[in-house]
Amino acid sequence: MRTGLVVDDSAVIRKVARRILETLDFSVRDAEDGQKALALCAEEMPAVVLLDWNMPNMDGYDVLRHLRQLPGGDRPKVLFCTTENDIGAIARALRAGADEYIMKPFDREIMMAKLDQVGFTVRLPEHA
Amino acid sequence: MTEADFAFLRDYLKKRSGLALGPEKRYLVESRLSPVCRRFNLATLSDLVGTLRLSREGPLERAVVEAMTTNETFFFRDRVPFDLFRDVLLPRAIAARGATRRLRIWSAAASTGQEPYSLAMLVHEAAAQLAGWQIEIVGTDLSTEVLEKARLGLYSHFEVQRGLPVQLLVKHFTQVGEQWRISPKLAGMVSYRPLNLLQPFEHLGQFDIVYCRNVLIYFDAPTKADVLERIAKALAPDGAVLLGAAETVIGLTEALVPDGQHRGLYRQGATHRAAAPQRLAAGF
Repeated sequence: MRTGLVVDDSAVIRKVARRILETLDFSVRDAEDGQKALALCAEEMPAVVLLDWNMPNMDGYDVLRHLRQLPGGDRPKVLFCTTENDIGAIARALRAGADEYIMKPFDREIMMAKLDQVGFTVRLPEHA
Repeated sequence: MTEADFAFLRDYLKKRSGLALGPEKRYLVESRLSPVCRRFNLATLSDLVGTLRLSREGPLERAVVEAMTTNETFFFRDRVPFDLFRDVLLPRAIAARGATRRLRIWSAAASTGQEPYSLAMLVHEAAAQLAGWQIEIVGTDLSTEVLEKARLGLYSHFEVQRGLPVQLLVKHFTQVGEQWRISPKLAGMVSYRPLNLLQPFEHLGQFDIVYCRNVLIYFDAPTKADVLERIAKALAPDGAVLLGAAETVIGLTEALVPDGQHRGLYRQGATHRAAAPQRLAAGF
């Protein structure tokens, strides 16, 4: 099963994002901060990372830089996920190696569109 | 809504927009027209029907037609039609129109502009091969309200996230408060005109590429055939028409025939082509 990692300091966002990804057939782990996220990546590199930009201690930008330096760290598709929606922040995330950008608040439809854009086949299960 | 009211609205919408509503669309009519009732201070749908019976063309009549015909759209919707434009139609056009360096594209159900602007972005990506070319994208729609939004080129966070790759967002949009505005360069490539496909459209001139997606599905068979035949006439002899995934010409007309390799893509039929006055040697 394809794997996803949700990194966000908000428990609510982690729960929502996790549920959406699970309905789209991802096996999901989550982390409340950058250090834990990088440890999980070192353990098993996910196919997609949903990464919050604004987190205490280590922000999304730093997490992404470190992630890309890990062995196999170039493989995951990274979707930056934040309320910060100014074009400067988006451009900075892209330069740091993000593949797509999701502005909060997001829903399943937007998540599906973004996953599709970075190359995942996403179909809602019949019962969803 | 009574049976008589629904029957009146079906007939009314068929005459004005070609919209063919089956009995199962009753719920759709109620859900789309209830906001129109509120806007015009009409208590019930029966009051709305009563007003329509008495009045001629005016704001209420336009609002009813627009509410029923406005359809969902987003950037690069369904992706495949745009891959086809980038990988097949545009290269063919560049090869075939090298002499005139002129290309006209019609987005026949432009709605709020996402389709024509998506095409404009792809044209822009091929800019290196199109230096000195005159590219015109014409976006038409029945609804003047949606065209107004298309002309403004302002989209919400939600709209720019649906289908638009973030790289293209950064490249072609600027942020205006909570919204995103399409760049003047792309906006300048597209002109918008209100058009009811049931009315003549010869005045738009001839097109090399026509995108007419997800609009014919609302018409009955004779109306579909009529519109397709007139689109074929508006098409350059070597031009291409792209229809929506659920639409076809098969069984309706021979004025357009499938372009064997690509689903949804059509060209002029042999009989129609023979009647055309001029044909370019280098077809695409």
